[in-house]
Amino acid sequence: MSKTVLIADDEPNILISLEFLMKREGYRVVVAHDGQEACELIANEHPDLLLLDVMMPRKTGFDVCHEVRANAEFKALPILMLTAKGRDTDVTKGLAMGANAYMVKPFSTKELVQKVRELLEAAA
Amino acid sequence: MRRFDKRVAIGVVIIGIVCLAWLLVTGALIGAALTESERAAVINAVGARAVLLVLMWAVSLVLVGSMLSRLVAYFMTAPARLAEEAQVLLGTDVKRQLEPTGSVENRRLTELFNQLVQQREALREEMDERVAEAAHNTEQEKNRLAALMSELTKSVVVCNLDGRILLYNNRARMQFRALSQAPGSIGGTELIGLGRSVYGVFDRKLVAHALENIQHRLQRGAAAPSAQFITTTPSGQLLRAQMAPVRSVQDNSEASQMTGFVLMLDNITREFEAQARQDSILHTLTERSRAALANMQAALDVLEYPDIEPDMHDRLLKVLREETAGLGNRLREIKSSSVDSLVLRWPLEDMLGADLAAAAIRRIESLGTLTAVADDLDDSLWLKVESFSLLQALSYLAERLRQECTITTVQLRLKRVDGRGQLDLCWQPSANKLTDKVIPGWETDPMRSAGEDTSLTIQDVVERHGGAFWFGREPENGTVFFRFLLPLAAPQEQLETASVVRNESRPEYYDFDLFQTSAQTRSLEDSKLSELSFTVFDTETTGLDPANGDEIIQLAAVRIVNGKLLRQESFDQLVDPRRAIPRITIPIHGITPEMVKGQPTIDKVLPAFHQFAQDTVLVAHNAAFDMRCLQVKEKLTGLVFDHPVMDTLLLSAVVHPNQESHRLEAITERFNINILGRHTALGDAMATAEVFLRLIPLLAEKGIHTLGQAREAAQKTYYARLKY
Repeated sequence: MSKTVLIADDEPNILISLEFLMKREGYRVVVAHDGQEACELIANEHPDLLLLDVMMPRKTGFDVCHEVRANAEFKALPILMLTAKGRDTDVTKGLAMGANAYMVKPFSTKELVQKVRELLEAAA
Repeated sequence: MRRFDKRVAIGVVIIGIVCLAWLLVTGALIGAALTESERAAVINAVGARAVLLVLMWAVSLVLVGSMLSRLVAYFMTAPARLAEEAQVLLGTDVKRQLEPTGSVENRRLTELFNQLVQQREALREEMDERVAEAAHNTEQEKNRLAALMSELTKSVVVCNLDGRILLYNNRARMQFRALSQAPGSIGGTELIGLGRSVYGVFDRKLVAHALENIQHRLQRGAAAPSAQFITTTPSGQLLRAQMAPVRSVQDNSEASQMTGFVLMLDNITREFEAQARQDSILHTLTERSRAALANMQAALDVLEYPDIEPDMHDRLLKVLREETAGLGNRLREIKSSSVDSLVLRWPLEDMLGADLAAAAIRRIESLGTLTAVADDLDDSLWLKVESFSLLQALSYLAERLRQECTITTVQLRLKRVDGRGQLDLCWQPSANKLTDKVIPGWETDPMRSAGEDTSLTIQDVVERHGGAFWFGREPENGTVFFRFLLPLAAPQEQLETASVVRNESRPEYYDFDLFQTSAQTRSLEDSKLSELSFTVFDTETTGLDPANGDEIIQLAAVRIVNGKLLRQESFDQLVDPRRAIPRITIPIHGITPEMVKGQPTIDKVLPAFHQFAQDTVLVAHNAAFDMRCLQVKEKLTGLVFDHPVMDTLLLSAVVHPNQESHRLEAITERFNINILGRHTALGDAMATAEVFLRLIPLLAEKGIHTLGQAREAAQKTYYARLKY
């Protein structure tokens, strides 16, 4: 059965590409347009990996990360943060919040795909 | 009427009795030598006339009494009266001449008393004059200071420790007017004015916090501590204040007392708003450009796949067009908002991490039911913080923990992680409360602590520090923490203690008397001693024979300008003599070979000293020796010390020719000069300078006013003939 990737980002323009790339890799893709929706979809869809933007309406990526990690059921869910917040303190904070990896926009899609593959393999 | 004197009566009675006794004894002796018939004849002859004898005895006694009375008045009453009158003159301010009476000696004494009284009056008048002159000078200095302050473009307010305004300038008045919410012309007068409290404008706690910081740094020996803070006024303006302590002038102790503070104020509301706008634009630009670039990059990457469908192809092209247009628009936006290159940040002050933790613990414990402890604190860390808001944040978090999670004990931890300070507020979670649930949101709620309201949030505080904040749990022991990442500052302790100066008096950073100094038109020889600038110096050497290889190992100097000793601008340098220091001399100067190791050599030190002494008269005690030390090095350095030279030893001999000793110790004792650090070059230079300052008026009394006169007088003394 194919793995499910949840992409949470409020930018429709990046969602088009990310969705295409993930689908091309053979993953099932679920899309959330804000933090709150992401939390709901995680509970309902039980994704295998989370691609998480930080600056989203209703709930930030940091908050989502915190909630996910607070729930024992999703302790092992791999989270890859994709964000335009590039200060070193943001990176430190993202990792401290429980993200497995942190990629600062703009990023290479090849690296992104590679990272997703690695995280899913490590989780398996 | 003349008062009856008992002493005269007693004298008369004694003389009367003595005369009577003499008469009776003489009569008895004569009677014993006579025959019976002769005795009867004498009794017969004298007996009837005995009344005459008694009468004469009485008359004689009256005469004796009268003479005695005059003698007593002459020799005893007159000095007693003089003593009484002198007592009156001594005890009161009565100005009068005493009438000479009594004996020659008594008259002479009275005359001397009168002269002393005259001298005392003259001294009093002179003193009054000097006091008046000093008061006048002070007044003038005050006026000049006021004039200077009124011209300053920065607001200056001087307050005592109670926050009462003692002094303020025009700029401050205008600024306070702008801050005032009062209408019309009185605007501002309610805020600023002599004796008014500065707490009308500033939060008392904020000022107290800044004062406490300064006090701590003063106690640690910081030379010039200051504190900065930014505050919003009741009218919503943003003020940046820099605070410096005003220290007690009288206090000679090591850590001088603070008697007040100076506030320098800037209204940064407009600047800050502009800057905040710019910051926000730049920040948005960076982050949105990143996002746009990511979108474009991803779209381009996908477009490269050969198998994409035409519909997808069109959508991706649309993405690229939108993002490019968006970037262009943003750039135009920035250009129109004219981003200034000036960067204004929330001012952060350097603070020792341990001090911050101690302040936080004090603050948290003052809340009452909470205990705070320091745990795992790196006390060598210096942070760059805005301590007031940071402490507010810590106490707010602690209080919320107590209220919402029934936590009673918190720990503070501080360590360095990746070039930043990591400050944790930690606690052990109570079993029945799900702390994880309540904590999100605390970061963005306005902080409320100990009844204080503020619109600030933890996020704002973290933003001010360019740091980060989050909530976490340690997997190994379940400890929960709030973590702040804060910027580090360079360690300061060393710098601060190294710059400690001898702070027994206030530094003379200004001297308004210099306004009166006119351009030097007279030659130095004709210049008044009281107007010249002097460099008073002293050397410590390996021995007493500079011509035959003894070398300078320490050179110290201090300047006298306009009659004032500039203690804070001293010159003090150990010198590597490039030879052994005779063991026998070490107890004298206290300088060991280890101390001079690595110190500069004399060819490096003398040029600096030459510059220090530029355009001054050199002064030393026993200057011939010290000058010889400098002069033997002229060939080596190429520097000629051809300054005019004054010698306090010779000048002391001019002023006090009858004194046995003119050694520096003897003179300082004579002048009651108490100098710290005697027998070091700087201590001796200071002592010599103090002596010289006291010699100037004494020389003036002898008619020696100019440099030329002083040199001539000095040449004539016996000591001037000694050669080195």
